[in-house]
Amino acid sequence: MFRPSSHLINKEIKEKKFKNLLSSITFFLFLPALIIILWLAIKGSPVLSWDFLTQDPINGMTAGGIFPTIVGTFWLVVLSVLVSCPLGVIAAIYLSEYAADNTLTRIIRLAILNLAGVPSIVHALFGLGAFVLFMKMGTSILAASFTLAVMNLPVIITSTLESLKAVPHSYREASWNVGASKLQTIRYIVLPNSIPGILTGVVFSVGRSAGETAAILFTGVAFYLPFLPRSVFDQCMSLSMHLFTISTQVVGVPDAYPYATALVLILLILSVNSIAVILRSYFRTKRKW
Amino acid sequence: MSNSTTSQAFLEWRQKKTTKPTSEKVIEFIIKGAGFSSIILIAAILIFILKESLPFLLSKFDFKEFFMSTEWYPASVVKIRYGILALLVGTVLVTVISMLIAVPLGLACAFYISEFCSPRMREIYKILIEFLAAIPSVVWGFIAIMMINPLIINTFNVPIGLNILNASIILALMSLPLIVSVGEDALRAVPETYREAAEGLGATKWEIAIRVLLPAAKNGLMAAALLGVGRALGETMAVLMATGHSIQIPQSIFEPGRTLTATIAAELGESPKGGEHYQALFAIGLVLFILSFAVNLSADYLIRGRRK
Amino acid sequence: MRNIFYLVMMMMIGCSNDDRMLIVQNKGSDTLVNLAQAWAEEYKKVNPEVAIAVSGGGSGTGIAALINGTVDIANSSRAIKDEERAEAMKNNNKVINEFVVGMDALAVFVHPKNPLDGLTLEEIACIYGEGGKCVYWHDIRGTKVSGCHENKIIRVSRQSNSGTYQYFREATLGKKRDLKLGSMDLNGSRESIDLVEKTPCAVGYSGMGYLNKHVKALCISKNDNAECIKPTLQTATDKSYPISRELYMYTAGTPSDQVKAYMEWTQSDAAKVITIKAGYVPAPKK
Repeated sequence: MFRPSSHLINKEIKEKKFKNLLSSITFFLFLPALIIILWLAIKGSPVLSWDFLTQDPINGMTAGGIFPTIVGTFWLVVLSVLVSCPLGVIAAIYLSEYAADNTLTRIIRLAILNLAGVPSIVHALFGLGAFVLFMKMGTSILAASFTLAVMNLPVIITSTLESLKAVPHSYREASWNVGASKLQTIRYIVLPNSIPGILTGVVFSVGRSAGETAAILFTGVAFYLPFLPRSVFDQCMSLSMHLFTISTQVVGVPDAYPYATALVLILLILSVNSIAVILRSYFRTKRKW
Repeated sequence: MSNSTTSQAFLEWRQKKTTKPTSEKVIEFIIKGAGFSSIILIAAILIFILKESLPFLLSKFDFKEFFMSTEWYPASVVKIRYGILALLVGTVLVTVISMLIAVPLGLACAFYISEFCSPRMREIYKILIEFLAAIPSVVWGFIAIMMINPLIINTFNVPIGLNILNASIILALMSLPLIVSVGEDALRAVPETYREAAEGLGATKWEIAIRVLLPAAKNGLMAAALLGVGRALGETMAVLMATGHSIQIPQSIFEPGRTLTATIAAELGESPKGGEHYQALFAIGLVLFILSFAVNLSADYLIRGRRK
Repeated sequence: MRNIFYLVMMMMIGCSNDDRMLIVQNKGSDTLVNLAQAWAEEYKKVNPEVAIAVSGGGSGTGIAALINGTVDIANSSRAIKDEERAEAMKNNNKVINEFVVGMDALAVFVHPKNPLDGLTLEEIACIYGEGGKCVYWHDIRGTKVSGCHENKIIRVSRQSNSGTYQYFREATLGKKRDLKLGSMDLNGSRESIDLVEKTPCAVGYSGMGYLNKHVKALCISKNDNAECIKPTLQTATDKSYPISRELYMYTAGTPSDQVKAYMEWTQSDAAKVITIKAGYVPAPKK
């Protein structure tokens, strides 16, 4: 009696087609990422070894390993996080806990949005003008890290803000009502409850800095250095820059080298991101609200 | 809400009664300072780029030549000319074509993830998006040279694979994660009741998508596209390696071109600091800054304007 | 957690153990950067206490840094100008010392499928020069390149402020003519060669030592009647190959002991072996 009419069946078929179309589009969007990683792995694996990771490049960077570039990337990332993390977290605390809902706050939010949208090469120009020349840091790890820190600041502010906002307002009220000051509330209630979210954001920004090339191009990365950086005032090599040089400039590099370098860079970033993802899901299960 | 305002009032009352220790005042001062950091930084970026490019803007700069001429001859032995039209066209071309690819695909993907996926699948897709977003631009550039380049040559039987199309494909792949995640957020922000009401009227998902979600999330989806534009506009290393880096107005998508960002990246290293060419490159930086500023402001306006 | 901490500590320590090392700052021409880097690497074995820090940035940047006293050695692919010498004298009363460290011959190369074996300087100017009319391969003695769609010439060049570009321009067009826009201005020799290797239509130029067997270097003749000369070590050294030039390193004032020792080493036979390996031509004996 209630047999679906042909109109309804048609509708169902259409619906199914629509779903299949969308799911195949989605699938094909993620396919490239998979292909790329597999392809890098296949082409790069012949030279990828412990020696490749721990030796210096030799013979005009056409042989040997990539150790100094890993060290350089490590320095840049650690230093930039040391700068951007405290600043970003405190800025987010201001926005979430102090800022009134007024024009000034709106301007701050706009500034953050725009800072996030500034092209990386413009950040590089800024780094060159402000840190390298004006503050006389020279092309150094310090200048490059500061440039990266400015780039990452909006990312850290946004993710921290999100996790601060996620702490229920009732927690703060409870704290105020037992007589804690605003600052004490932030210190003992808000921050401990949002550390997981903050940490996740920071780890993501680590991944982002590790792969950045344009911003450090003129501010602190050298083509080649025969020694490891001894202080933050030295230049350094970086994985991302090294990939650029050996794939465009240095002649005579065996084909597998740039692939292996790209693979190391991607694996490094993906593992950092995996840490962030795991952190996030771990803390989510432990969340108290 | 009323609860929180009461306690806010209580807090203010209490704070009036008890004076804060100095250390707390100092810390709060620091917090405020940090809060303004992003304004200070964005202003500083503008100031420093202006500072470095000002001598050029004041002397050699000729508005008509700068924006209307395709002749970028910073090292000419005959007559030095700084015309960025070809570079501007290159930037616009790769941005527009990449968005033609990325926006429909990205929004379709956002629809799928937001409307068809279980929460668990959605979580998995989100992680995948984050991974895709994490691939650095220099690796994309490497992929453009090594993978897309031969692919284009063989598929379309064209002489050169480093061209506008190549850069557009790479940029599309690079901006997809952003478009998908912002688009998905916009769709999730549409109240569940809308969907339920439409379903109650017997609408299919397709109809819901087109008739209900699209209009309701219109601004958010447009913002997603605009943020994608911003991403594509500012991308440097990948387009430097993928476009073929040639100063000309491309006659087809199979011809090489050059973008504003790539020009700075390729030439700044070898131009002596404080020289005219160096200043001209900062002037290009200024153009980029203004472009990205405009794009981001419009995106923000679209997202926020509606909420008012 | 503790393991990670140790690992981080180890990396930190690993970064900072060479405090006694003397550093010689060496900056300049991107043409020379590969050679300077290969030397720096070799010199580490000769004298482990001295580290040569090499960076590029262009000949002008290197010389400017030398004048300002921020580097010890400037690499340059062009001879220093008189006004630059004067400036160094004025700034810090230092005399500039010149060292010819090698020769560089720019080879013009095409895809192996291209039937051409040689070009005259005039034909190169017709292809690359501003106002040059050679757009198709058949504009050059009716050449037909198989596998090249439309027979159109794809010009591969370098970014316009690189030393290689400027020398190529000077050698093929003289000092009063520009290169045509619309060439593919690639970032480095490797990219140029890779591209020509894959593109039958293309023509490119780079340091002679960078060539491989997948591209064909052309012989160059000064004019229609002159002999067509292939780029080789011999023809580059005696400068019979039309596109060859000297490469220089400059120091300012009385060099410190380690700079002096290094500059002397660069003139040694051991250094010349590296020069050839890196794709350059050793400086002729004086």
